[in-house]
Order: sequence, then structure tokens, then C-alpha cells
Amino acid sequence: MGELPQVVRGFGTTFVTMFKHVNTEQYPEAKDKFPPKPRFHGRHQLNRHPDGLEKCVGCELCAWACPADAIYVEGADNNDIARFSPGERYGRVYQINYLRCIFCGLCIEACPTRALTMTHDFELADNGREKLIFEKADLLAPMLPGMLKPPHAMAPGTTAKDYYEGTVRGATPEQIADAEAQANPEPVVIEGVVFLDSEVTQ
Amino acid sequence: MTATIPVPADSSPPPVDGVSITVDGVPMTVPKGTMIIRAAEQIGVEVPRFCDHPLLDPVAACRMCLVEIEGQGKPQPACAVAASEGMSVKTQRTSEMAELAQRGVMEFLLINHPLDCPVCDKGGECPLQNQAMEHGRSESRFDLEKRHFDKPINLSAQILLDRERCVSCARCTRFSEQIAGDPLIELFERGSKQQVGIAEDRPFDSYFSGNTVQVCPVGALTSSQYRFRSRPFDLVSVPTVCEHCSSGCGLRTDVRRSTVLRRLAWDTPEVNEEWNCDKGRFAFAHAATPEFDTPLVRGDDGILHAATWPEALERVAEGLADARGRSAVLTGGRLTLEDSLAYSKFARAVLGTDDVDFRARPHSTEEADFLASVVAGSGLGVTYDQLENAPVVVLAGLDPEEESPIVFLRLRKAARKRQLPIASIAAWATPGLGKMFGTLLPTAPGAEGEALSALARGGDTLGSDGRRIAALLNEPGAVILVGERLATCTGALSAAAALAHTTGARLAWIPRRAGERGAVEAGLLPGLLPGGRSLADAQSRAEVAAAWGVSVDDLPTKVGREVDAIVEAARAGAYNALVVAGVDPFDTRRPDDVIAALEAVPFLVSIEVRPSAVTEFADVVLPVSTITQRAGTFVDWEGRTRVFGQVFRTSLALTDARVLAMIADELDRPVGRQDVAGMRKEAAALAPSGSGRREVPSVAASSVSASSGQAVVSTWHHLLDEGTLQRGDDDLAATARTAVARVSAATARAAGLTDFVTLSTDAGSLDLPVVVTDMPDGVVWLPTNSHNSNVRRVLGVDHGAIVSLASGGGA
Repeated sequence: MGELPQVVRGFGTTFVTMFKHVNTEQYPEAKDKFPPKPRFHGRHQLNRHPDGLEKCVGCELCAWACPADAIYVEGADNNDIARFSPGERYGRVYQINYLRCIFCGLCIEACPTRALTMTHDFELADNGREKLIFEKADLLAPMLPGMLKPPHAMAPGTTAKDYYEGTVRGATPEQIADAEAQANPEPVVIEGVVFLDSEVTQ
Repeated sequence: MTATIPVPADSSPPPVDGVSITVDGVPMTVPKGTMIIRAAEQIGVEVPRFCDHPLLDPVAACRMCLVEIEGQGKPQPACAVAASEGMSVKTQRTSEMAELAQRGVMEFLLINHPLDCPVCDKGGECPLQNQAMEHGRSESRFDLEKRHFDKPINLSAQILLDRERCVSCARCTRFSEQIAGDPLIELFERGSKQQVGIAEDRPFDSYFSGNTVQVCPVGALTSSQYRFRSRPFDLVSVPTVCEHCSSGCGLRTDVRRSTVLRRLAWDTPEVNEEWNCDKGRFAFAHAATPEFDTPLVRGDDGILHAATWPEALERVAEGLADARGRSAVLTGGRLTLEDSLAYSKFARAVLGTDDVDFRARPHSTEEADFLASVVAGSGLGVTYDQLENAPVVVLAGLDPEEESPIVFLRLRKAARKRQLPIASIAAWATPGLGKMFGTLLPTAPGAEGEALSALARGGDTLGSDGRRIAALLNEPGAVILVGERLATCTGALSAAAALAHTTGARLAWIPRRAGERGAVEAGLLPGLLPGGRSLADAQSRAEVAAAWGVSVDDLPTKVGREVDAIVEAARAGAYNALVVAGVDPFDTRRPDDVIAALEAVPFLVSIEVRPSAVTEFADVVLPVSTITQRAGTFVDWEGRTRVFGQVFRTSLALTDARVLAMIADELDRPVGRQDVAGMRKEAAALAPSGSGRREVPSVAASSVSASSGQAVVSTWHHLLDEGTLQRGDDDLAATARTAVARVSAATARAAGLTDFVTLSTDAGSLDLPVVVTDMPDGVVWLPTNSHNSNVRRVLGVDHGAIVSLASGGGA
């Protein structure tokens, strides 16, 4: 009996495999079928208090804890004109370099305000090195209903402690009215000429 | 402290005043009066502490350093108990009692300490944090409400206080009271309410307030400048030397990502100990950004255009080509020694001129002779330690608190610890003199020379104080300190030199700017070559020419002009070119004349860090590096070389010396590469050889007197004023002293002055509030360059000149 040609035998293997059970999953088409485990270490997120103020106080403990030197933070003063977090201090600059990050989570453990947590987002690939240095704007948690975009004042009558204890539940009407007033300033009249506030300060 | 550790049984006998003690079983001998905490340090045992500071008096306020002393029932504070013969001390290492006591104190200290380490600037470099880790509990047992205060509050524009964090160690209040002599902060209340505070209307505007932030063992005191800026692990620390005055303070410059974030005093026992002044600590914004990116060349359209270095150097070479022997070099008082040497060589060997002078400020020929004969090439003269141990210090034309703050701190220390008699020859008793417990020998401006001569004659004409000081001056080790403004008092420097000669007292010159002593050593004065050599002396010329590697015939032989004469000559068209570096025309006695000269000279090269009044007239501007971008050496007033490294090591900006070398190459008169290492070798080769010293000047003293409606100006700078290097820090400027005009009661009455006075000259007038002060009649004092009081810029006069007084309307 003559042998089958090699090429036919090869295709035979392929043909038989088509009817066997498949172990691999299709990415990205079927990624929702297998979400990451609950404690998966994905991309970081900078959380907000329920009224939208940032939880980060710019203490740099995350940067200190980081074994890969992937985090860079600069703190700054909150003041009456621009408040980003409850209390005196906020993180003005916040960068995580995902080219260096090893997703160990030590930064999360170090964070004293639970400002920094990790999400399940693992799709961190890009076509430029600089794009993998995430800035504060890239890391901040999205605005949820009831939140007001900082800078804005703290809820009336509260202290930083109230925020940490969770008694602030969302932006109050006073905070919203205050923010609206800041966004739409009353025109300033100097010697009969009308200026908008932003022009006067420039 | 010369403890021998540990002492073997058969060692040499202990010093006469030594006491033998054992610490943790280790026998040792320490000088009598040594505190136990210091003795323990000698065997490497660190007793925890907060309030203890080696330079402050012991107070035992924090109770952290409790140790067991055998035979005493209760634990004792190691910082406040002196070692006595036979004492046996057990620290926390060997005594359970001490260990327990320390843990207990730590627990009490932490009861009211807020848990705000994450937002506290001290976090990461905090003695409380560190010692709580070492000697504290891991869990707090205190679950009640802590004490609360408003946080933070301003003690001054620059210093902020967070009272919740304070552990009442009293380091800040003791520093202010004992070291600085400005007891503007104090501990108030008792118990858990105890807090540092200021009087309602008197902020903590001390020239030394920044030191309290550095000595605070917790984060209670912070500066508005560094608040929330950084963490210690972000910072790269570089040892540097202060560029402001001639005190020569060692500093620590902390840098993150190419930005200087703060400066601290560096422990330099022989110079600034552990302190510095607020100007040195906070005024560094001037070096933050060099404002010239490229050289600038003035085009045919009369406007400065950015140019490449080769283009700019070519233009400079064209302009200087026919300027050999017909040019002058003006440098300010802020150059490093290396750069001063380079200018000295450039002027003499390349431009063939001796018209070179660093004194862009009021000056005189007498001063040049004094500097060349007494100061130049004299090496390390009077030192800080000698000041501290002198039998008497006479200040002539010098207010150390305003002009050399570290000299002030040393003198105050000596006056406080060992009643050092200090006498000041000045118009009025300044606050600084009061803090040094000094005596005023009241002297009208211009009469300083006479007063010094009177001291040489026994001080009879100066009253009982004068006689006492004159007698003390004859004791070995007595010191006379002369300041910058004596240059404008005819005969005063001659009289000071004569007084030193007669009495055997030592004489030191304390300039205001960091680079002035170095400039003198480098020979940036007409007729003066490096190392105190004289241009007129053939052997000196030969030595210098050999060190510079040029022919001796290339050096000029004619003694050149001083700044004022250079300015006159430039206006008269005597020069083809002028090279100006680091000069502010408004520092000179007649700013208008200087500007006219800059305008008149056909070719002007400006070698500068940032745009200045000179830039406007320059044909070529060559940018040089800021103080943080270069290495170098300052020579402080003692004559001590203070070497510093580059803070920003990757900077490509050039030093003045390198720029001059490039110009010299372009002119085909090469002088070598002139990098920092090369210039230091050259400085060594030009060390004083003793040849060709100039004669000490002997100019007769003369005095000025004012007629009615006029007064003689007495003026010197405030430490914090409108100086170029202090720009960019508003909080620091807010702590400056307010400018006032001071006159005697009789003068005020004669001129009809009430609240304000108008001082006027041909050039302009100033309106200042009047403060009646105990001082000679017919004299008015005002600060030289403060807000609303720019004497040279507005009035066009200086110390010793005559101005008209009139009652002012108020500004």
C-alpha cells in the first residue's frame, strides 16, 4: 500500500484538531467572560471623596514605598482660592511610570488616606514610552453622581476629620452654588468698563 | 571636650579639671561641667533627646533623656546634670529604670501629638518619628480626643507654627533668646495648653528666624518657602557656601529635579557653627533660572539679537582688537576667587591695562592702599575663634548684624558667655549693638578717623568708655574690625591701621559681599597683582608673569585708574572698550555717571548671569553660570578659603574664567583653558610671596559738618533690602526692617521735623518717617537700599555726604 503524501498527512492533523476541545480563550473578543480575580493588581486609581474632593494629600508615602521608583509626587498648599482636598495639603503633581511599575501594591498599603487603590484595568500597552507615564489627570477616579469637580470648598461646617470618617456623603447645595458662582463670576466694573473676573486678574 | 575613651587603668593622670565617671560600666574622664548626655555620646551611646542642643543652654524641658544615676532614687535628665567625680550612670542600654522612664515620657509626648505625619513636612527627617520608633510603643493606649489648635498660624510672613505638633522643647525660644538675641517668641500657658506665641503686634521678624525651623525636633515650625514642597528622600543634598555676605557660611543645598528647594545651615564649627541668617537660608530664588539662554550681539538695528558663541566671540574679538591699553575691566564684588583671578589676568595680560577695579560701590584711593597693604596676601588673619576669645573688639564703620550676621552671632555669643567688651564707632547704638551688650562711641559720619586716632591716644576725648576700650586694646589678642563704609571716611582706614600698629591689636576688614576678599587676593585693584604683590615692583611682575605663562613685557607698568576715575575716563572717551561683569550701577556712589559712561564707551562687553542695567548699553552680552551651576571658592573675611562644588553637575553653562579664556583664544593671546581645577592651581602658584607690599596709607582724618537745615548722612545696608540677589522671595522681604530716618532730638527740633522728613540733594529726594534717636546732632541715618530709601539711586550720595532736611508730608 502506497504511503499518503506528507502534505495530506499534515492537513489531516489540522482537520482532526478542528473537532477537539479548545483550551484557549479569544482576546479581546471574549475578555468579559473571564474578569480578573477580585484582588487583581491593575492600573492605579486616585480616589475621590463623595463630594468630589481628592483623597490624595500629596504625602509621598507611596513614592517612598515603591521598590521600583515608579511614583513621583509633589505636594502643595490648599488655599481658600483653590482647594483640591480636605485639609492643608494636596498632591499637585502625581505621576506613575508604568514602564517601571511592577504592580506589587506596596503603594496601596502605604497610602494613609485610601486615596490610591488598584483597579482591574490591565490593558497597559502603548506605542510610546512617554505615554506610559500616567499623570494625575489619567489616574483620577471618574466623577460619580453627587460629586463636584474640584477645586471647590469643603462641605460647610466640616473638617478634614469628617471627610476621613465618611460623614460627608456628597456635594451639598452650598458647595454647588459656590462652584457655580466661581464658574460664572459677577462682572467687575472698573471706571465704567466692564471686565470679567478672569480678565481682571490676568 | 577631650575625653579619652575608654581610659585604661594605668593611663596618664586625668586633666586637672577632669572628673572620672562610668557610663554603662565604661570608665571615662571628661572635663568638669560636661553634661552626662555629652559624656555618653563619647562612648557611642545615644540617649534620646528633643530639647537638648549642644549650642543652647540646658533646660531639661522634654524629659526624654532620663537616665539612672547610682545613688539617686529617681531618674535624672542627662542633658542637664553635669558629670561629677565617681558618678555611675546607667542609660537605657543597661538600666531598666531609665528604659521605662523614657518609654513613659515618649507615651506622654505622643498623647497630644497629632497623627498627621503624612501631611507634615518633618516626616522622614523627624527626631520625634525616629525616636518614637525606637523608644515608643507600637500601639497607642490613648483613645480620647487629642488637644486641638488652629493650624497653622503665622509667626511671621516666613515662619509658620503648628501648635498641635509642638512638644514644648523650647529649642526655638531658647535659640531666639540666647543665640539671636531676638526674644520675639515665648512659651505661654501651662500644661497641655502650653504653646509658642508672639506678642500681638510684634511678628517674629528676626534675621535668624529660619534657624528655629531647622532646630525644631518636630514639624511645629515650618517655613512658607519649603512648606509641603518635598520629602527628604526626594532631595539630593550638596554642601555649598553662601554667596551673600563675606561670613562664609557653610550651607546644605537641597535639590530635586534641577530645582533648589531649600537651604540649611551646615554644621561648620570654625565658621557659622550650626546657624545661618535668613538671607542665606531663604534668598536663593535669584539662582533659579539663568535668564540669558544664549549670547546676545547688538545688530546694526541697535537691538540685541540672540547669537551663537562663535558669532559672539568673534564680535568681542573685533571690538577688543584695538583696545589693548585702551580698555578697562569693572567687576562687582560677587565673583569667586577663580573668576577674580581670571579677570585679573585678562585685564593685565590680554588687554594690557591696569584699569581694573572690583569696587562697584563707594570707594577711595586710601581704601585701595589699605586693602593692598593690610589685607591682600595676609592669609588667614583674625578668625571667628579669635574674635570669640579676644579681650576687646572694636567695630569701626561696621554693624555686624546687618552686614555680616555670623560675626554678629559670634560676638554676641562671646559677650553673653564671657562678657567680651565690644565698642562700636558709629552714629547710633543699633539694635545689634544692644544685643552684643556693646558700648557706643558716638561718632558723626566722617569723624570715624578722628575717633580711631583718639583711641590710639588713650581715648581721653571719648569719655570713660573710650579710656576703658583704649586700655583693653593694648592687651594681646585685641581686635579691630573695619567695615565697608570706612572707605568713604577720609583718614579712617589709615587711623585704623595706625591704631593697630600702636596698640598691637589685630585688624580685620569685613566687606559686605562674598567675593570682595577674593577679589583683593586676586589683585582686582589698580596697582595690585595677585597675592598682595605690587604692580610697581619688578620682582612681583616677574613672579606673576611666570605664573600666568606670559612675557613680563606683556604686563602693564603704569598703575591704573579706580572705578570713579574709570567712569570719568570712559565719559571723556579714553577707552575703546569696557568689560563689565556683575556690576549694578545703582550700587555706585553716582549711578548716573556710571550709566553715562556705559553709554559713552564705544564697545561694551557685559558678562552677566541675568539682564541688568548694563545690558541695555552692551554691544555683546555673554551669559555665565549661576552660583548653583558652578563650582568655585569664596574667601571669607577671615581670609579662609571656602571651596564649594557644583550643585547642578550636568549644567553646561560657563564660568567667567572659561568665557575669558575663550575671548583670549579668539584674540590670539591664549591664557589656557581656565577651568576650575586649572584656576585653583594658578591660585596656588600665585600664593603670597611677600614681595612688593605696598605702604600702609597715612591719610589725615578730616571731618564734615552740616550747616543749618542740612545734615550729614550716615548710612549702611539693612541685611534684608532691595538687593539684586534677594529678588523673588516676597515672604522673606516681608520680614525686612522698615526704612526710617533717624535724627537726634535737637536736629529734629532745629529742622522742624515731626512725623516725616524729606531728604534732598541735587539728584532727588526721599520721604521717610522720622525716629528720634540718641545720636550726634546734625546727622541723619537711613538705610542704603531699602524700600523707599534708595540713597545712592535716588539721592546720588553716600555715607558722609550732606543732604538738606525738611519736614515731609508723609509718603
